[in-house]
Amino acid sequence: MSVTITINHALKKYGENTIIPDLNLEIKPGEFFTLLGPSGCGKTTLLRMIAGFNSIEGGDFYFNEKRINDLDPAKRNIGMVFQNYAIFPHMTVRKNVEFGLQNKKLPKEKVKEQADKFMALMHVDEYADRLPERLSGGQQQRVALARSLCIEPDVLLFDEPLSNLDAKLRVEMRTVIKNIQHNVGITTVYVTHDQEEAMAVSDRIAVMSAGVIQHVGTPKNIYQRPANLFVSTFIGRSNILNGKLEVVDGKTFVVAPTGYKAEMVNVQEQYKADQDIVLSVRPEEFLLSRDANAEGIPAIVDDCVFLGLMTHYFVHLESGEEAEIIQESSIDSIIEPGTQIKLTLNTEKINIFTADGSANMLTGVCNDCAN
Amino acid sequence: MVKKKRDAWLIVSLVLLASFLLFLVYPMFGLLKQAVISPEGQLTFAQFTKFFSKSYYTGTIVNSVKVTLTVTAFSLVLGIPIAYFYSFYKIKGAKILFVLSILCSMSAPFIGAYSWIMLLGRNGDLTRLIEGFFHLIGFADFELGSIYGFKGILIVQCLKFFPLVFIYMNGAFKNIDNTLMEASANMGCTGVRRLFKIVLALSMPTILAAALMVFMQAFADFGTPMLLGEGFQTFPVLIYNQYLGEVGSDYNFAAALAVIAIIVTAIVFFFQKWATNRYKFSMNALHPVEKKDAKGLSGFLMHAYCYILVAIAFLPQLYIIYLSFRNCSGAVFKPGFSLINYQQAMKKLMLRSIKNTAFMGILALVIIIVIAVLIAYLVVRRRSMLNNTIDTISMLPYIMPGAVIGLALLLAFGKKPLALTGTFAIMVIALVIRRLPYTIRSATATLMQISMSIEEAAISLGASKAKTFIKITVPMMANGIMSGAILSWVAIVTELSSSIILYNNRSITLTMSTYVAITRGNYGIAAAFATILTVVTTLSLILYLWVSKSEDVQL
Repeated sequence: MSVTITINHALKKYGENTIIPDLNLEIKPGEFFTLLGPSGCGKTTLLRMIAGFNSIEGGDFYFNEKRINDLDPAKRNIGMVFQNYAIFPHMTVRKNVEFGLQNKKLPKEKVKEQADKFMALMHVDEYADRLPERLSGGQQQRVALARSLCIEPDVLLFDEPLSNLDAKLRVEMRTVIKNIQHNVGITTVYVTHDQEEAMAVSDRIAVMSAGVIQHVGTPKNIYQRPANLFVSTFIGRSNILNGKLEVVDGKTFVVAPTGYKAEMVNVQEQYKADQDIVLSVRPEEFLLSRDANAEGIPAIVDDCVFLGLMTHYFVHLESGEEAEIIQESSIDSIIEPGTQIKLTLNTEKINIFTADGSANMLTGVCNDCAN
Repeated sequence: MVKKKRDAWLIVSLVLLASFLLFLVYPMFGLLKQAVISPEGQLTFAQFTKFFSKSYYTGTIVNSVKVTLTVTAFSLVLGIPIAYFYSFYKIKGAKILFVLSILCSMSAPFIGAYSWIMLLGRNGDLTRLIEGFFHLIGFADFELGSIYGFKGILIVQCLKFFPLVFIYMNGAFKNIDNTLMEASANMGCTGVRRLFKIVLALSMPTILAAALMVFMQAFADFGTPMLLGEGFQTFPVLIYNQYLGEVGSDYNFAAALAVIAIIVTAIVFFFQKWATNRYKFSMNALHPVEKKDAKGLSGFLMHAYCYILVAIAFLPQLYIIYLSFRNCSGAVFKPGFSLINYQQAMKKLMLRSIKNTAFMGILALVIIIVIAVLIAYLVVRRRSMLNNTIDTISMLPYIMPGAVIGLALLLAFGKKPLALTGTFAIMVIALVIRRLPYTIRSATATLMQISMSIEEAAISLGASKAKTFIKITVPMMANGIMSGAILSWVAIVTELSSSIILYNNRSITLTMSTYVAITRGNYGIAAAFATILTVVTTLSLILYLWVSKSEDVQL
């Protein structure tokens, strides 16, 4: 019953403005798939094209083998959850949940049975006869979820469903959503701009920018081996340093700004040549040494912030570039601002990109959307 | 690839457009034609030359503008303080004050005029009382000034229209966030300075909207100047007299007058729009202002101001009810009480008037609501050239005084193939046209508040577009529509200025019966009719407050 969503050469225009130029995507049956990107990147537009609320200017959208481009949104059998919940304010919780079932012309007993089941599942059964205005945001979102689940949709669509909730509820609700999705196994497309939320719930994530999918992969892969510089900076924090790649005696080295060299063993064959590169080093991928004579990139500590488990250091390199470093807090004293330190790289974890930032030069990048 | 769906809504748009063209644009065009084409079929501006060459004629427009601007200013001056006290202080009996004010604003203005004549006219009860008092204490020559003319119109219209300002401003003040007040106080701006610098400045769009509303209604008011004007003739009265004058009808001249009236109101309308554009901001209070206790001398003065103002405004209605039970023959009230006026009124088509009022009122209201909801949906959810055109046309009646609409319909449908004069249909059409712009505004504003995603949710749950509209959109608009509808209902019931041109004996309404009784000198019967009218409006208001479960009224 789970559905594969296939999108071929999708094109979206508003007048002369092209929002999505040419987008290809395949979402697997039962998968929890997230569209992640900065605001204005076209993720909600794409979701609404799937739902049928935005016109499609070009390309083909399929649910399994069925082309849905011209299918009435009411007939796509989609469960959609909106940012503002979109609960019908003039209907009780029960009426809201039953609305979609009644449209399916199910017998009365079946409607009630199904509604009861999903209200209980979402723990809103005790409010069944209340009007929604008396519910909190989290409760309203649970009702919305029950409402869209109980029609047993082929596809579940979420449009930033948690962004109107407070931080604590957000974390709680995302667990609820993930578990429910896992249990019912409906193909799900989820839109968010919150990367932590995306990481927490998704089987796979598509990172979008300017209407183009940059990287499709598992949360782990996107974080550890981002396909390009944009993904590397958008997902998590990355220090960006200009460097060089050098091949000496068949061994490949990265050269950091001040001449520090480290061997890289996982560079793709095609890139093994002397060239300019961009190093992307996450704050935890720097190793820090207090010994000023040790080998490494010389840097001076500007500021440090103690956050309990971790301590953040803000440093600048001799070449003037600034960097952030995260270390597990140690029991001895914190490094004072002004101290000379040396930085080395965790070469297993860092990423290097071509000089224009368009491609990751390392092996192990899994991009299901290789353009 | 891209194709616009051709659906039922396009048919709705076209039907609406056709109706507007037939019942609004065609009569307007006919009016213009009548004004500039001579009976011989020549293009002529003779009617306009005639108007501008005699100060007797031009004087009426000066009179109208003068009295209307003064009324607008005074209504603001009277209405804003009471709204301020009501919104920012705990006034005892505030709800009753508010409800009574709404009742005042709902009565037909000419009934107020009639009542004030009874009270303060040459032989009025109050006149005799006050003059008698002064004579008694030694001022044998004391005479109370005349209520007729400019002064009388000013008093009656101000007392009728300040509640409008009150209701409008109350809505605006409620949207002022308390934190703005606190921030202002924090920076050392409190009291009267804050009232002007913050509260009134923030309410400027509403003040302008209220001013426009008062201006339009006061300018178009026909009954008050007709009864109270005497030598002071205003524009609507002139139009009416030309249409049904002592010297015979002159449709061409009446049409020219109507065109001039529209030009005046259009100028005011666009001036107001221009002024409003300079204050473009919207507010939505998260923390409504907390009402303060009104204590001490200032508290006493606030209470006194509110009570006295509302009492004076409400006095004429009470007095009419009192008069309706007094013995009366013709124009003379006699001592003693009885139901004789009601018995007399029965003979004067009272039942027919009530029946007609209910029938035409409800029919007009239903049509207004249906059209307003459809237009709101088209304009908000289906923006297109066609629908924007319909929206613009539907706003035309806003700048057309009632007498002008009456005249235009009469000219357009007085002859075959569409001879509707004297039918119920033409009365209902006039009522619909008169009230439609207001209801469309409130329906549009309501729909704009409703998030599109709620309709999308319904569609994604498998509901058809028609079902979504009927089961989701319309019910969600219901509150906003209802509040507009009840007020439209009251306005319909008390409509005079267009009906007076279009009615006949068969289609007479309560308001018309009241007016006819007054003009024929049957004062007792008029009081009886007016009382029934007051009862109808009061019951409507109670129904509204009960249905909407709120103590608030928005116009």
